[in-house]
Amino acid sequence: MENVTILTWITFIPMLGVILIPFLPKAWEGASKWIALVLTLPQLAIAWFIFSHFNTAEAGFQFVHGPFPWISAFNIHYLVGIDSISVSMVLLTALISFVSVVASWGINKNLKAYFALLMLLDTGMMGTFVALDFFLFYVFWELMLLPMYFLIGIWGGPRREYAAIKFFLYTLLGSVFILIVMLALYLFSEGNLFDITQLANLDNHLGRLAVTDEFNYFRFFCWLGLFVGFAIKVPMFPFHTWLPDAHVEAPTAISVILAGVLLKMGTYGMLRFNYMLFPDITADCATVVAVFGVINIVYGAFCAMAQTDLKKLIAYSSVSHMGFVLLGMSAFTTAGINGAVLQMFNHGTITAMLFILVGVIYDRAHHRDINGFGGLYTLMPRYGVWIAFAFFAALGLPGLSGFIGEALVFMGAYKTFPALTIAALSGVVLGAAYLLWTIQRAFLGPVNEKYRDLPDISVREVISLLPLGVIVLILGVYPMPMIRLINASLVSLNEIVKPFLDTAGVVAGMF
Amino acid sequence: MEDFIKNYCWLIPVLPLVGFVFNGLPTAVGIKLSRAYVYTVACGVMLLSFLMGVGVFFTLKALPETAREFTNLVWPWIHLEAIQLDIAFLIDPLSSVMILVVTGVGFLIHIYSTGYMREDKDYARFFTYLNLFCFMMLILVMGDNLMLLFVGWEGVGLCSYLLIGFWYEHKPNGVAGMKAFIVNRIGDFGFMVGMLALFWALYNTGHATLTFTKLKTVVWFLQPQTILGVSAVTMICLCLFVGATGKSAQIPLYVWLPDAMAGPTPVSALIHAATMVTAGVYMIARLNFLFTLSPAALGAVATIGAATAFIGATIGFAQNDIKKVLAYSTVSQLGYMFLALGSGAYAAGIFHLTTHAFFKACLFLGSGSVILGMHHEQDMRLMGGLKKYMPITFMTFLTATIAIAGIAPFAGFFSKDEILWQAFARAVHGPKVYYFLWALGVLGAMGTAFYMLRCVTLTFFGTLRANDKKTRELVHGPHKDHHGHHGDLVPHEQPWNVTLPLVVLALLSLVGGFLNVPYIITHFFGGHSSGLFNEWLSPVIPLQAHHEVSSLEWVLMFKSVLVAAVCMYLGYKAYTSWQTGVDRFVKKFPRIYDAVYNKYYVDEFYHAVFVRGVLLFNKCCFSVDRYIVDALVNLVGRFGAVYSDIIGWFDNFFVDGLVNGSGSITDFTGAQLKKLQTGNIQHYAYGAVLGVVVVMILKILM
Amino acid sequence: MTITPFIIMAVILFCLGIYIVCTRVNAIGFLLGIELILNAASVNFVAFARYHENEIGGQVFTLFIIALAACESVIALAIVLGVYKNYKSINTTNISSMKH
Repeated sequence: MENVTILTWITFIPMLGVILIPFLPKAWEGASKWIALVLTLPQLAIAWFIFSHFNTAEAGFQFVHGPFPWISAFNIHYLVGIDSISVSMVLLTALISFVSVVASWGINKNLKAYFALLMLLDTGMMGTFVALDFFLFYVFWELMLLPMYFLIGIWGGPRREYAAIKFFLYTLLGSVFILIVMLALYLFSEGNLFDITQLANLDNHLGRLAVTDEFNYFRFFCWLGLFVGFAIKVPMFPFHTWLPDAHVEAPTAISVILAGVLLKMGTYGMLRFNYMLFPDITADCATVVAVFGVINIVYGAFCAMAQTDLKKLIAYSSVSHMGFVLLGMSAFTTAGINGAVLQMFNHGTITAMLFILVGVIYDRAHHRDINGFGGLYTLMPRYGVWIAFAFFAALGLPGLSGFIGEALVFMGAYKTFPALTIAALSGVVLGAAYLLWTIQRAFLGPVNEKYRDLPDISVREVISLLPLGVIVLILGVYPMPMIRLINASLVSLNEIVKPFLDTAGVVAGMF
Repeated sequence: MEDFIKNYCWLIPVLPLVGFVFNGLPTAVGIKLSRAYVYTVACGVMLLSFLMGVGVFFTLKALPETAREFTNLVWPWIHLEAIQLDIAFLIDPLSSVMILVVTGVGFLIHIYSTGYMREDKDYARFFTYLNLFCFMMLILVMGDNLMLLFVGWEGVGLCSYLLIGFWYEHKPNGVAGMKAFIVNRIGDFGFMVGMLALFWALYNTGHATLTFTKLKTVVWFLQPQTILGVSAVTMICLCLFVGATGKSAQIPLYVWLPDAMAGPTPVSALIHAATMVTAGVYMIARLNFLFTLSPAALGAVATIGAATAFIGATIGFAQNDIKKVLAYSTVSQLGYMFLALGSGAYAAGIFHLTTHAFFKACLFLGSGSVILGMHHEQDMRLMGGLKKYMPITFMTFLTATIAIAGIAPFAGFFSKDEILWQAFARAVHGPKVYYFLWALGVLGAMGTAFYMLRCVTLTFFGTLRANDKKTRELVHGPHKDHHGHHGDLVPHEQPWNVTLPLVVLALLSLVGGFLNVPYIITHFFGGHSSGLFNEWLSPVIPLQAHHEVSSLEWVLMFKSVLVAAVCMYLGYKAYTSWQTGVDRFVKKFPRIYDAVYNKYYVDEFYHAVFVRGVLLFNKCCFSVDRYIVDALVNLVGRFGAVYSDIIGWFDNFFVDGLVNGSGSITDFTGAQLKKLQTGNIQHYAYGAVLGVVVVMILKILM
Repeated sequence: MTITPFIIMAVILFCLGIYIVCTRVNAIGFLLGIELILNAASVNFVAFARYHENEIGGQVFTLFIIALAACESVIALAIVLGVYKNYKSINTTNISSMKH
């Protein structure tokens, strides 16, 4: 499997759209969505190929393409590859891209620009997950920011500009930290490296960056820089306030991408960079990460309960659910870290469904006030089935995929942090409370006569939901293929950190 | 045949799932199904499932007693290092009993529902949910590990939610469903903690597993383990028991069950009486080897059970809604089951579960029949004299009432008396606190006999009060006349598909008790059996050592029957000839009556403290989010903006001023110099000459 | 005989030429001034050539100048005619349209 170009293809196929769509004549504007759709299909096909040909026993990188010198003067290369940390994210990105194109079908303002930006975003996302060169990663990371800004800022809701700027500045702030640490790593590594595969070898860290027995503050600040940079993306309390605003203003498909893929980049980045490059500091700070995870879970759930805007509620539920990922990955048990990555994938699919469903009702009623509906189930029974399915998946009903991730996180985290896990479990109760309360207020009860004529969910909307629903159901009862897929590198990641855990000052089991 | 059963027993839960898919998918995409198709599919799969269950039972029976256990692996579910969980079904005597109860009673209630729901517009949806429930319940009782049990556990909670809120357009129904699910989730919280603690405590001993068959052999290793200084086993058992209190409606989490009566009556019978609410009992019986290790946890189980049995019975005194009475009766009877479990008599608990499934299902279905007959009137104050109009319903209801009251030889007598005796025996041989629990149990039994007869009397005896204007105003308020009725209400008997299940269940509650005749009685007749039921379960739940036959047991047995009979008589009299006396009592102690009538204000308390508390807290959280966290972010943003304003000003006036200044100077100079260029060649020539002259003058001067 | 008288004559011619070029407004007068300057140069060439043995460069240059002056006056007169056609005047101060 040496030097196969497949990952380059999956990353850059959408770029074709970026090139083609702007040159469409105005009269053929409608073709841009078809081009976008057609370009996401080969991506899906490649994703399936990766899924079926991925060597699950191998912990290292696979499907590696490169390294080709890019900017030789600074030792920057083009190098892509995946291991089992990123493979599920690549699959998720391909899937969500397809879904979001279908969900964007109703866009009618400035089609060409919209779909060109969407395709650019697609490349950026895919590239972020496959890049193995830190510089390349950073380029993709920033590349993704730009289309996102315009997609929210132009096609968004009434307060779109505020939300877009908040999103942009916040993430940019995070990127700055990442940039600084990237340069620190470059300067203090053997032979000035950007290559993650080589940086992962701690012997390559020199000078102030060298791993020492006592607490190395320089390394700690590097770790912190990366952590804050990624935590903003997760988003972790207290850096989460951009998310509700961005979600509320973003168009449906962009919310889907935002919740489905972008949030995972934060936790993915932590696993890829904080864990792989700074295992010693990670071991020291694990408890803090876990505490923040639990705060996310409980605080997010409480905030969600206080919402009356459906989209904001789901945004806060995302904050809550991403907390499980943080908790799971800080436990350093196989179950915990597997649960975390599984939760990343599951949250991507489930929340994508939720946002599509919110979009469906917003398209019809033009508002999202939970208390402003009532009795929707009578009027839109097929929609009601989907909403119930998605909500129960989100509250972690056993038999659907959300449960597997959460259960594994709990199983894993309890060993290391029993008290924190018990606190996190209360998030499950709260989750049931706010989701069911929402169903009760908006969908059950007497019919609101104002919405007597709302049409039920359309075929196009069902097409965008169906793949997600099927995956949620299958992974709930038969998650083994996914677990096998992600397990190998995660176990080895744990092994990297474990030696430092014993020497870490923060004793596991304290919580 | 035997191989078929062994390899295909996964069909038992899957058959209802097939029914769910066949009815549910078309309904979900909006296809209207014919009623005949719906009930053929729904009842058909249940019948097949039941037949499979019977097949399983006889297959097990044919095996030697020690070999009555096999696992049917479907596929590996979660395999990660120590976590080895499969989708696999465990067949042993305990699960076979549960399968028979679930599929048997389930099938009967499906039949009943074809009658009860015949006029409902969401006929297909109802059977879809009902099938899904049976699937989940069977997963629960057949799952071979605790996590799979939990899948069923939450799954039945989902179905319960869906079915309580079945008539969702009426707001309180949806709210009741939500309450049930959330209260159950609080219990599940405990369950999850217990499960996690169990797993990792075992992991520390090197025997991590959640599979029942393996657990049984390794729980011994847990004994020296502690959590927070308390024995690990006790902690685990208590946590799991919290789960059971949620699902099985025990103090303090019983509040959802009475509200759950908002669902259609067959649902109340199937889910909220016969099967789902007994899941907690099943779970503890399944883990009996674990609970046996912790007398402290057993004590807690027994205490909660006895207290619930007593409190539930007392609330039953003052309820007017016929289903509410039965709901509190269920709470109370579940308390008995937990008293049995807490006394170490797991088999007695399961036996009471079985007989309770018969007579309580019969009672609920009977009440459903009454409600149909009364045109959806549920208030007993408006009933009376229905004996005349609905003879079959009356006979079956009365049979079940006698059974629940514990009159020999009806089913309830055998099961309840066994429980009370076991509690008493434990008090004799062990902790003396069980005397008190036993006393509570006896008081509860007396209460049961009284309020059940009150219920029967108010419903079936006397004269019909529904057409009495004054009573109607009393019940429904003065201005709200009972809508939908023109003229007088005449109750009527129900068709065969409603009455047939009643008759079958009544027969079962009549003879079901003989499945487990106590040792003392068989001994009296010269036998040696300690009860067929106990013996059947013995591979899972070890038989208890025989205490020697004491005359005390006889005394207690007769006392139980006598007391029950007296209370029944009192219950009958109090609501017929002594009605005025009861009214006077109520008038004299309004406080007591109000407290009981309002269920001791527990709901109000919970609402005021927990619901309000959570709502307040989430407002606080969101305020923090908006006014502190987000305000900080905005403050940073504002600071950045102001700072950049200052910088911008500086830039405009100083930096840019310099740049612009140099530009404009050049501009000015150029404009001045431009004037020299006239375009007239003679001027240039002047210039040249002048230059030459100047140079020459300079040359000369220097 | 010294060279000085020749040079003085050439200077006088040159200065007259410059004076005419600088002061005459009429284009034809302007041309006459230029011819005087050229002739001043020619006188110098011939005079200097006389004081160098075996050198005819000066004479050759003078011949060249005469030929060039002829050509130049032809072209210049043509331009003057063109200007006259366009402006109806050969007054140099009026011809300023290329100034800007």
